[in-house]
Formats: sequence, structure tokens, C-alpha cells
Amino acid sequence: MTTPTPASHLAQLNVAKLRFPLDDPRVAPFVEMLDPVNDAADAAPGFVWRLVEDGEADATGLRPLGDDVIVNLSVWETQEALWDFAYRSGHLEVMRKRRDWFHRHVEAHLVLWWVPAGHVPTVGEAVERLAHLRAHGPSPRAFTFASAHTAAEAAGHAPDGEPAAV
Amino acid sequence: MEDIDAIAVLQDPVRRRLYEYVVAQGREVGRNEAAEATGVARTLAAHHLDKLTGAGLLESGSRRLSGRSGPGAGRPAKVYTRARGERSVSLPARDYRTAAELLAEAAELAGLDAGLCAAARRRGESLRGSAGPCGGLDQAVETLAARGYEPYLEGAEEGAGPVVRMRNCPFHAVAESFPPLVCGMNLALLEGLLGEEGPVRARLDARPGECCVIVEASKNNDD
Repeated sequence: MTTPTPASHLAQLNVAKLRFPLDDPRVAPFVEMLDPVNDAADAAPGFVWRLVEDGEADATGLRPLGDDVIVNLSVWETQEALWDFAYRSGHLEVMRKRRDWFHRHVEAHLVLWWVPAGHVPTVGEAVERLAHLRAHGPSPRAFTFASAHTAAEAAGHAPDGEPAAV
Repeated sequence: MEDIDAIAVLQDPVRRRLYEYVVAQGREVGRNEAAEATGVARTLAAHHLDKLTGAGLLESGSRRLSGRSGPGAGRPAKVYTRARGERSVSLPARDYRTAAELLAEAAELAGLDAGLCAAARRRGESLRGSAGPCGGLDQAVETLAARGYEPYLEGAEEGAGPVVRMRNCPFHAVAESFPPLVCGMNLALLEGLLGEEGPVRARLDARPGECCVIVEASKNNDD
């Protein structure tokens, strides 16, 4: 590699509370889009990593926040790369129909935070960031698209790259 | 420069033609090209393009248009694109943007996507009036241009026909803040405007930097 690697990558967790089980026909359109949209993510500019359950194509079988809550955890080179994938790709169609399949959120359902490049965030770390955002509002430690913070701002906060205490 | 002063710069007809030409290309435009396209001398075009840049309506850069570099490639040419910022003037002062942002925030929190889309579809239908569904891609381009979407035809890709894409999102600021909600609203509006039973259909196919919707031949029209 001759290109310099950025020191920080952006991690994101989003959670969604299912209205019906994943094998219910009412959620079938969502399930059908999982593979193509995940493939698009893997090929998207700036994509680094996403959580996948052992032996599966995605993470929908992991339910760390309750039986009816699915999680999506991924890492991106920049915030712009994540935004363009989330809202300027085939993923937007999934987002548009979210009310058909997921309950409305009462609390924050998306959290962003900076990790050292190369660090693979754990589910526990991600859940802790979401809890931090919900408890304290946006900060350099845990923020949202609408309240973004730079990696430099986050560097002044608690060190990362180690399993965070929950 | 204040918005009203920047907009006033477009009062000169040559300047306005140059601005509209650069905007319509959706890419960097050189002085020679802009002069030829608008039928004015190169020096006059250069003068007005720089005035537009000074007013913040265009942005300029330099590029070796030949694609060559190194010795013998020649001096880089000055090129122009539309500036990213928005300009508007309302007399008397109105602030619909703040109203739109607040309403969108409330609709997002309350999960009102379905009601918003239904209203957008009705609005699209009422804009269409008594006319039937849009008759084809050329007519779609005309209809969308009239509403500020800056449509253009994109050539056929493998196995698929040409599609209409749009450079401009008329709801840009709120769409950036609440993409699924506002892009869904936009799609419903265009479905109402173009009709859903005709030879063309609108669907989401978002790309960075463009409107989220494309218009293409209806599936049942392909065969």
C-alpha cells in the first residue's frame, strides 16, 4: 500500500425493532433485500467492515438488545462514505419502507463513533456507545449524522480500541 | 455578497445564458465551450464567467482539458461549475425552510411517512390536473424540467433502456436532514405527477449528488 491509511475510521450501530418475526410474509420484502443491499455495502466506496454472524451472510440472527431487535454494526473510512451508502444507494429504498417492518423509534436508534483504523468494534462496545448517546445526548464519544464530531474531537475523550465497560 | 446582489448579477442576458449553460452540463465547462454554446466571443464569455464566479454563483478551477500533463501539455484551462450554495430572495421576507424543517422533524419523530406520502401523491395528481399519465421519457423530461429537477436522459445500460435522471433535488436541505422521509415524499409526488398506470414509472435509484428518483419505461411496457 502506498496510500496513507487514515488514523481513524467511523463505526456505526443502528438498531431496529421488528414489527413481525423475520419469517413472517409481511417482512419478506425486507428479507429479500438483505443480500443485495449487503453486497452493495461490501462493494461501496469507503466500506471497511460489517458485523456478520458466524456461518451466516448477515447479522440479523444476533439479538443482543432483545428478541425482536435486529442490529447493524459496520465501519467506514469516512462519514461521507457511510452517508452516501445509507442514503444514496439501494439502501435508501430499505429506509423508505422502514415503517412497514419496524416500530417507530422512541429513543436514538443510530450511533456513530470513531475507532482507530484497524480496530474491529465489538457488539458490547457498540451497545455501550448507543447507551451513552441515549443517556447523555450527542458528544464526541457517541454522536449522530445531525450532530457530527471529528476524530480529533473524539481523541480528547476516553481512549478507544479496548472493550468498553458497560 | 448578499443573495439579492448575487441574483441581480444574472440580470445581464449574456451572463444568464452562460450561467444556465454551465449549470445544465452538470460538469466542468471551459471558456471556449461556454463561448461557443452561447454564441459570444471568448473574451466576453471569460469576463462574464469570472463575474459569475465573483458573485459566488459559479466556482472556477483549472484543468488541462487535453488530458495531457507534463511539458508540452500547455497551460491549464480555466473551468467552471455551479457553486454548491443556495440563493433565494423573498419579498416580503418569508421563511418556509424553517417551517419545512420543523414539520419534517415532527413527521419523522411521529412516524408520519404514510400520511406525508399520501399528501404528496395527491399533490402530484392535482399538479397533473386532467391530463393522463405521462406519455414517455421525453415528456417526463419536459414535466420534470418545469419543476426544477434538471432532468437528463442517460443512455441504455446492458439489458435496460434509457432512463431519466435528475441533477437537482428541489427539496435538498430537508432531504439531507431526513432522507427516507423526504425522498419517499418526493417519490410519491412524482408518482402522482407522472401517473402510475402509464408507459413510464418513477422509482428510487439514489446516487451521490443527484435526485433520488429516476424515471424509466414501465416494466409491463418492455415486452
